[in-house]
Amino acid sequence: MAESDVGVRTAEAARTAQRYVRPRDLSEALDLLAGGGWLVLAGGTDVYPATTRQELPGSVLDLTAVEELKGVERSDGGLRIGACATWRAVVAAETPPALDALRHAARQVGGRQIQTTGTVGGNLCNASPAADGVPPLLALDASVELASADNGVRRLPLAEFITGPRRTALGPEELVTAILIPEDALTGASAFEKLGARAHLVISIAMSAARVTVQDGAIASAALAIGACSPVACRLPEIERQLVGEAADLKALADLVSDEAVAAALSPIDDPRASASYRNQAAGEIVRRALARAIASAKRGTASMTEQDQ
Amino acid sequence: MSLDTPGPDALNASAVLRLTVNGQTHRVAAAPTRRLSDVLREELGLIGTKVGCDAGDCGACTVLLDGAPVCACLTAAGQAEGRRVETVESAENAALERLRASFTRHGAAQCGICTPGMLMAAAALLEEIDAPDAAQVDAAIGGVLCRCTGYTKIIAAIVDAGRGAEARDDRASEAEAYPAAGSAVGARIARLDGEAKVTGTERFGADWAMGDMLEIRAIRSPYPHAAFEFGDLDGWRAAKDGVEAVFTAADLPGRNSYGVIEVFADQPAFAEGVARFRGEAVAIVVGEPEAIAALDLGEFPVTWRELAPVMEPEEARADGAPQLHEGRPGNLLTRGFVTQGDVEAGLAASAHVVEGAMKTGYVEHAYIEPEAGIAWMEGGVLTVRACTQAPGMDRDALAEMLDLPLQRVRVLPAATGGGFGSKLDISLQPYLGLAALMTGRPARMVYSRAESLQATTKRHPGEMTARIGCDDEGRVTAMRFDGVFNTGAYASWGPTVANRVPVHASGPYRAPNYRAEGLAIHTHGPVSGAFRGFGVPQAAILQETLFDQLAEAADKDRLAFRIRNAFRPGDHTATGQTLNDGCGIVDCLEALAEPWRRALAEADTRNAKARWGGAADRWGVGVASCWYGCGNTSLPNPSTIKFGLTSGGVPVLHQGAMDIGQGANTVIAQIAADAAGLPLERIRLVDADTARTPDAGKTSASRQTYVTGRAAEAAGRALRALILRAANVDGDAKLTLGPGVVTVRQGDAERRIDLASLPADAEGYVFRAEEQYDPPTTPLDENGQGAPYAVYGWGAQIAELRVDTKLGTVFVERLTAAHDVGRAINPMLAEGQVEGGVAQGLELALMEEYLPGRTENLHDYLIPTSGDMPEIRTMLIERPDPEGPFGAKGLGEHALIPTAPAILNAIRHASGAELTQLPALPHRVLAAIDAAREQGRRI
Repeated sequence: MAESDVGVRTAEAARTAQRYVRPRDLSEALDLLAGGGWLVLAGGTDVYPATTRQELPGSVLDLTAVEELKGVERSDGGLRIGACATWRAVVAAETPPALDALRHAARQVGGRQIQTTGTVGGNLCNASPAADGVPPLLALDASVELASADNGVRRLPLAEFITGPRRTALGPEELVTAILIPEDALTGASAFEKLGARAHLVISIAMSAARVTVQDGAIASAALAIGACSPVACRLPEIERQLVGEAADLKALADLVSDEAVAAALSPIDDPRASASYRNQAAGEIVRRALARAIASAKRGTASMTEQDQ
Repeated sequence: MSLDTPGPDALNASAVLRLTVNGQTHRVAAAPTRRLSDVLREELGLIGTKVGCDAGDCGACTVLLDGAPVCACLTAAGQAEGRRVETVESAENAALERLRASFTRHGAAQCGICTPGMLMAAAALLEEIDAPDAAQVDAAIGGVLCRCTGYTKIIAAIVDAGRGAEARDDRASEAEAYPAAGSAVGARIARLDGEAKVTGTERFGADWAMGDMLEIRAIRSPYPHAAFEFGDLDGWRAAKDGVEAVFTAADLPGRNSYGVIEVFADQPAFAEGVARFRGEAVAIVVGEPEAIAALDLGEFPVTWRELAPVMEPEEARADGAPQLHEGRPGNLLTRGFVTQGDVEAGLAASAHVVEGAMKTGYVEHAYIEPEAGIAWMEGGVLTVRACTQAPGMDRDALAEMLDLPLQRVRVLPAATGGGFGSKLDISLQPYLGLAALMTGRPARMVYSRAESLQATTKRHPGEMTARIGCDDEGRVTAMRFDGVFNTGAYASWGPTVANRVPVHASGPYRAPNYRAEGLAIHTHGPVSGAFRGFGVPQAAILQETLFDQLAEAADKDRLAFRIRNAFRPGDHTATGQTLNDGCGIVDCLEALAEPWRRALAEADTRNAKARWGGAADRWGVGVASCWYGCGNTSLPNPSTIKFGLTSGGVPVLHQGAMDIGQGANTVIAQIAADAAGLPLERIRLVDADTARTPDAGKTSASRQTYVTGRAAEAAGRALRALILRAANVDGDAKLTLGPGVVTVRQGDAERRIDLASLPADAEGYVFRAEEQYDPPTTPLDENGQGAPYAVYGWGAQIAELRVDTKLGTVFVERLTAAHDVGRAINPMLAEGQVEGGVAQGLELALMEEYLPGRTENLHDYLIPTSGDMPEIRTMLIERPDPEGPFGAKGLGEHALIPTAPAILNAIRHASGAELTQLPALPHRVLAAIDAAREQGRRI
């Protein structure tokens, strides 16, 4: 195969002293980061849209060659999703029904192109109030693993990691290295509901994730989360508590999850996609739909296990 | 050097990348964080990868990385090292080869700007799934936006490519082989200019580069209304290495104002002292590409003083409002008016009267190609190659603004990646021209997506009210319509909108007592210009939704009500024009009778089930019509076509009707071929080029098939007549072309004309014809009476949809479109126009509203994706118009007019919701459903 040289000589001389590093090892990445001054790049799906330039300004630490950040795998304490796992990797991974909400969200983050490169960790670090990955992970009681060269590893519950719109608890020399889902949260079944004004490539007006476990026809545990209706996506603990022990009956959901109770937990805003009052109105409905699908899925799961047992 | 191991060398962004693209390895000097799209295009010359947004919103730049689809604009070039990059130019991908052929066969590429991205997304899918179904295709191409096709033919082409040639069973939808001489009209042939669109070799405005080229960027107002002063421009420029020049209004040699309608010319290339809309240019910076790319324009020496803007027509009309232009008191640009009979008396005597209001917003054309082009000096002639819908108008504007004689300006259009009306106005042409003229060097400019959104024209927002009455039998007796259109900061096509709307606001229906007024009002909003339909779609939304209420009041079936009131040949329109035998609206509506009955029955069944099951979904059916006059309103509107035969025996068609994807290159050639009696496949096309091709007018107002078609028909017949005369035969002779020879056969007689023996003209033609056609129209008088158009096109559509009554979301499931095109010159291309029109009608109804400063990208500004499209069933009705070429009428704009009102009528049918403001976003639909419930309307 022939090689061609394109403008090699001229451009080599012209560049300034920006740096670009693409390490293979996490420890190298952390050591570099400790020196400061880096823009961290993973899938690029939020970094590039933030500039009108053709190249990124400043020095760039590219994490996409660090294999240890990419896996989606069972660990001792539950499930570990590497910070640089792409949405495609989440879809492709064999995971229990509790992760169905996350897998469903993964199929709706942008189009295939975004899903091929966009990462779960990047979605959290970008901290958009409309990040589709956040409600499913909240419903999975996810925590975020952070690492730095000087201070080692720490973990934060996801709800404490995202501190506001576009704000996180990430330290200047820290990387998100993984999203951890505890063993307890891998039980039950989950579902994701996204509400938007078009079929693909749509920023959510609102979205909800629900995860439930069902025992003997009753709800044994419930985790409900909703996004794009408050500065940070949130759980609905009051409603979750009230659901426990109730019959897993789809018809009774309207009473168990009222519009008012859901709206009470939210503080939506008007934006070009929808009015605040609409979000308040729709939020209850999408929570109920996510919950209904999760319950149906959990019952099917129970039923199929029973069949297998027999 | 490895970038993977950090070390002193690797830590420098001045790197040599090894990229393996389409099987070839290149060493490229480029910053590793440079967008892969930019490296492919600018360093490797692989211009097949298109850039539509630089934000991952449009997918035009989709390439494969190790077989997986990525947006090249979001991929650091450094991330592609050591991986397999495939672009649309790849010759090694078998799936891609099948897809190219299938896209061609199905007419899946219109303008072609999204085609590379579509092909690559589809190629990735075929790697994964051999024979995907439509749903899998939809999921795979959901990340690539197309603005022309409505996705229907793209999905069909991909499904077909997956199935392989043996398994294809729907050949009826595919292109035919080349037809015999004399039977090109009506043939379903693939577009003649299609190959470049599927191989990635089509060159759009941003795809041209020249050595020694300068780059241009504009300084634009961040405010809708602001005074400004420049600082030390010379000092700033001198301090910037590589910046050659800064140009402002002071540097423009000619007149600093242009307008598509000369008497209203008011828009400067560079604002002077005051900027009148957000995004208005005040200066350009010209220099070496690298230096220009590196500039922080925030440092440009200009001081802004924000002034209070008027953004709504109501404010702009109020006493004491800031006046945008001298001589236009009350910010009134122009008023259009049509009246006949006595509307108030008519309404008073009506058995039933309904009234309503409708508000629509700014809508952006959102072609996937942001404006781009290049200009250079060639032998003293300024040559501009940029996107356009109107090369002749561009040339005239450039000559005026740069103070050059016409013969010193040549407009040589680039392939144009969608226009839909906006590329009728000049955008970056004066900047290209000025930079090339003043520096003597080639100059290029490429708008960013945000710049394209901010600076170019929009659909006019409309605030409309109407009252319509009918008698007991359901015959419309009277209609009054008042529309106020926000025309933004400058005139553009505002006068056209104000004039077209009152002519068309009746819909294709009789209204014996009629009064319609359209006002175009200036505000500090974006400039409203031409957008597929010139205001008629907005007016039709109000009229057609009121028709449903009126039919209900009169207790008539909604389709039957329309058929009863529809124009027949011989009827008078509201302008007093007598309609000829080409009036085909009744044919369209009657063609929908069967689909209408079926759709209503289906919706009833589904709704009964939904009610029984307590479900939130409701199904609804709506119908609406359109009519639309083809060509300028009461103004001269000529097209000229030149057709020559070379001494070598090659017929050459100088076809100046800009093909922006709609298919003029093919359709006009089909007409010319049959008129001349020559085989289509022998015709060579010379595109629009103001130096070589006569002016075929602008691609607007659905005029090219009709007006330029008539010129092509005349040129074809004239060329034929010249050949026959040389052979001394007449009439029905058959022409056969050979090398240097034409054989003329008539009955048993055969004459050979030795072309090489004939004298050739400067262009090498031994026979040449040049013919002009201008539609016969008459001016409108003070009451709007006259014959503003010579040909009208007609159509009607049924929308079937589902409304989620708990969330207010709407899912359009099927759209049945009956359009009278007179004669479908090319049925496949005509279907493409309908499908694309339906997509834009759907967005007008459900999605799009441009909000300056808030939706200046393609993720906040929503256009339909593949998954938003309904099944589209197109019925092409052919009721010939005596004035059209082979009976043909226009179609381009017609197709979108009925869609939005049909959808709104179906929403009302499904849920009771009556929308009075568009787009019908979920929150508006839900609020309207709640209001309907409160008013006791059924659901």
